[in-house]
Amino acid sequence: MKETAEPPPALGAALTPRKRRAVTERFFQLLFFTCAAVSVLTTAGIVITLLGETIQFFGEVPVLDFLTGTRWTPLFASQHFGVLPLVNGTIAVALVAISVAVPVGLLTAIFLSEYASVRLRSVVKPILEVLAGIPTVVYGYFALLFVTPILRGVFPQTQIFNVASAGIVMGFMILPMMASISEDALRAVPRDLREGAYALGATRLEVVTRVVVPGALSGVLAAVILSVSRAIGETMIVAIAAGLQPRMGFDLLSSMETMTAYIVQVSLGDTPQDTIEFSTIFAVGTLLFVMTFVMNVLSDFFVRRYREAYE
Amino acid sequence: MIDLRVRERPDLRPTAAAAASNGQTDIVLMARGLSFWYGDTQVLDGIEIDVPGRQVTAIIGPSGCGKSTFLRCFNRMNELVPGTRVEGAVVFGGRQINDRAVDPVEVRRRIGMVFQKPNPFPKSIYDNVAYGPRVNGFRGSMDDIVESSLRRAALWNEVKDDLKKSGLALSGGQQQRLCIARALAVEPDVLLMDEPCSALDPIATTRIEDLIRELCEQLTIVIVTHNMQQAARVSDRTAFFTVTDAGCGILVEHSETQKLFTSPADERTEAYITGRFG
Amino acid sequence: MSAAPTAAAPAPPSSTAAGVWRPRKTLRRWLGWAFQGLTIVSTLLGLALLAALLFDVFRDGAGQVDGHFLSSYPSRFPEQAGLRSALLGTLWMLGLTAVIAFPLGVGASIYLEEYAPDTWLTRFIQLNIANLAGVPSVVYGLLGLGLFVRWFGLGRSVLAGSMTMALLILPLIIVASREALRAVPDSLREGAFALGATRWQMVRRTVLPAAAGGILTGTILALARAIGETAPLITIGALTYIAFDPQGPMDLFTVLPIQIFNWVSLPQKGFADLAAGGIVVLLLVLLIANAAAVALRYRMQRRLQ
Repeated sequence: MKETAEPPPALGAALTPRKRRAVTERFFQLLFFTCAAVSVLTTAGIVITLLGETIQFFGEVPVLDFLTGTRWTPLFASQHFGVLPLVNGTIAVALVAISVAVPVGLLTAIFLSEYASVRLRSVVKPILEVLAGIPTVVYGYFALLFVTPILRGVFPQTQIFNVASAGIVMGFMILPMMASISEDALRAVPRDLREGAYALGATRLEVVTRVVVPGALSGVLAAVILSVSRAIGETMIVAIAAGLQPRMGFDLLSSMETMTAYIVQVSLGDTPQDTIEFSTIFAVGTLLFVMTFVMNVLSDFFVRRYREAYE
Repeated sequence: MIDLRVRERPDLRPTAAAAASNGQTDIVLMARGLSFWYGDTQVLDGIEIDVPGRQVTAIIGPSGCGKSTFLRCFNRMNELVPGTRVEGAVVFGGRQINDRAVDPVEVRRRIGMVFQKPNPFPKSIYDNVAYGPRVNGFRGSMDDIVESSLRRAALWNEVKDDLKKSGLALSGGQQQRLCIARALAVEPDVLLMDEPCSALDPIATTRIEDLIRELCEQLTIVIVTHNMQQAARVSDRTAFFTVTDAGCGILVEHSETQKLFTSPADERTEAYITGRFG
Repeated sequence: MSAAPTAAAPAPPSSTAAGVWRPRKTLRRWLGWAFQGLTIVSTLLGLALLAALLFDVFRDGAGQVDGHFLSSYPSRFPEQAGLRSALLGTLWMLGLTAVIAFPLGVGASIYLEEYAPDTWLTRFIQLNIANLAGVPSVVYGLLGLGLFVRWFGLGRSVLAGSMTMALLILPLIIVASREALRAVPDSLREGAFALGATRWQMVRRTVLPAAAGGILTGTILALARAIGETAPLITIGALTYIAFDPQGPMDLFTVLPIQIFNWVSLPQKGFADLAAGGIVVLLLVLLIANAAAVALRYRMQRRLQ
C-alpha cells in the first residue's frame, strides 16, 4: 500500500501536465515528511538544549559533586551543587504517589475488568478519565487547601507545605493511567485461561489473583513504571503543595523540594540568565529527562512483552 | 446469574428405560427439561438425558446444535457469561446442582472440564497440575498428587524430568494431556470434554482417545465431538443433538453407541450419521 | 481414587492416599466477597476524590465568578482582582498553538499513514513520537527557553509560548490523526487510485474528508491539554502579573493556570478564593472544549451511519 511508484501516465497525455503533476506529488510528499521530521527535530532540540547548557554547567561544577552531593544551595552565598536532596524529594513524592495510585489503580482495574457489568464500566470509566484531564494546577490547589488541612488535623506536626499531601493528590492524578493500562493488560488475559481455572473449582478471587493478575503481570509492571515516570515529571502539584526546601530524608509530613519544583522556582525568580545559578535548571532538567526516558523505555518493553504473549 | 424457574417439580429419578438398559450402572448425571437462553435467543430446548457412571457418553450433532452449551450446563460454566438463563434441572448424584443454594465452585470441583483448545496456565507443568489442589485446600503430599495425576493422564514419562518447564513449552497434544492431568488432580467424579482433540494432529488425537478409554474405568466422561468416528471409537453411549429451524438445539436420540450408529431410531439421526446432513 | 459415584449423593473425596481435602468453602466465599468489596471501595475512592475536588473548588470559587472578575486585570487587592489578561492570554496562546500544531500534526500523520515506506527511518520517527509523549512538560519548557526564547530571540512572547505548547501537544495530535486516517477503509483509497488519482489527490479528496471528524476531535482534545498546562510556560518565563491586553504575538502574556498558580502562592486571605474562581473558569473552558469534541465525534458517528 505504501509503494511510492508513480501513477501510470495517462495515455496520450501531454508531457507538461504529467510533469507538473509529478512535481506536485514530490512537493507534498516532501512537505509531509518535513512535518514528521519536526518530531525528530524536537527530540534533537531537547537533547541539544539540555546538553549544551549542562556541559557548560559541568565546566564549573564537577559531575561527581553534582551527582553525589547532599547539599543543594545554588541560590545562596555559600553555593553547593549536590543534586541528591532534589532527587530525594522527587523520589519521596513519587513513592507516596505510587503507593496511592498502584493499589487503588490496580484494584479499580480489577473491578472494571472482572466484576463490573459492561454498562457500569461504560459509566465509571469516563468519569475516572476526568481525573486525568484536570489541570495539575487545580490538583495543587486541592492539595494545599483541602488535603493539607485534613492532614494537619490528624497529624498536628504536619507542615503547611509537605510531601504527603502533594503525593497523595498526585496519586489520584495518575490513577486513571494506572487503572487503564492495567485494565488493558487484565483484559488481554485470554478467556479460556479464566475458564480453565473456574473449571477446577476456583473462586473468582482465586481466578483473579492466581491466573489473571499473574498473566497480566508485565502489563501491570509497565503501568507501575509509567506511573513512577509520570510522578517524577509532574511539576505544578509539587511546586504548589510540597514546598521549596531541598532536604534529605523521608519525613513525609515536612516540606521538600523536587527537581521539577526547583526548575519552576528558578524560572519564577529573578536569577539572571547566563549565570551558573541559572544553568542549574538545565542540569536538573537533563537528569529529569534521562530518568523519565529510561523508565518510559522500560515500560514500553514490558507492554510489548505482554502483547506478544497473548496476540 | 441463574434464573431457575422450574414450573413442575422435575422427576429426579432415572428414567425406567435408562435404568433397565444399564442394569449394572448407576446414573450419575441427569438433565430434566433443560432449556437455555443467550439473552433472548433460545439455544437449548427441553433436554432430557441420563448419563450413566463410569462410561463415556458422546454428544454429537451439527454445528450450532448447542452441544457445547449443553455440556457447560453440567458444571455451570455458562453462568460466567453475562445474560444467560437456564430453565430445568441438572441433577448430579441425586441433587439438583443448578440451584442458587448450590455453590458452583463445589460443582466444578466435582465435575471437571477439558476444553477445545489446550489452555494450560502460563506457569510450570508442576504448578499447572497443583493449581486445583492448592485452591481447593488439599493437605498432603503435593508431589504425590502431581505425579499421580500426570501418570493418569499418560504424561508423566514425558515430563517427569522437567516439571519446572512452562506448560506452554509442550506440544499441543502434551498440553491437552496436561490439561487433563490438571483436571484429574482435584479428583473429580465426572470429566466433561469439549471437543478435546479438535486442535490436535491425528497421532495426538489417538493418544487422547486411548486415554479416555483408560480413564472411564475410574470416572464418568461426557465428550462433545464433531467427529462421528471418534464418538464411535471412544464412547459407550451417544446422544445426537440437532438444531431446529428456529436455531434451537434439541436432543433427538440417546442410546448405546453401537445401536445409535447401526440402527438409529430417528430418521434425522440416520440422515446425519450417513452424511446426508451436517 | 475417589468413592464410586452413585445416584445416592456420593461422598466428597475428602481423603485419599495422598492427603486430605479441606475446601474451606465458607472462608473462600467470604474472602471473595471481601475482595470484591475492596475493588468497589477502590473504584469509589477515585470517584469520591473527583467529587470532593469539584465540590471544594466550586464552593470556594463559584461566588467569585462575575462580570467584574472576568473583565478586570490582576491586582494587589483581592476584591479588585480579575483574570481578564489571563483569559485573553489563554485565547491568544490557544489560537497560535492551534495554527502551528494542527498543520504540523496532520502533515506528520498523513506522511506516516499514507506515504511512509516501511524503513528504519519511519520506525525511528514513530518511536520518537511515542517517546516524546512521555517527556515531562517542564522539559518542553526548558526546550522553549533555550530554543525559542533565547536562540530565536522571541523573548517571553505569546509566540514563544505557543510554539513550545505546539511541540508539547504535537504527539497527541499525531496519534489521534493517525488513528482517524487508519479508520478510513482501504477500499476508498483503492477506488481513488483506480480512477487515476495521484496519491496527493487521493489523500486530499478521499481520505482527508473521511478522517476530518476524527482529526478535529483529536486536535480539540490536545488543545484542551494545552489550556491546562502551566509548567512549560512558567519555565519559558511567562509572567504572573500582566495588567494589559496582549495585542500581538510578540507581546508578553500570562494564561489562566499561571494566574491561578500565582493566586494560590499568595499568602494573603482572599487570594485563595480568587484562585478557586479562576479554577472554576478554567474548568468551564475545558468543559466547553471537551463538549465540542464529544459533539463533533457524535456528529461524525451519525454521518458514518
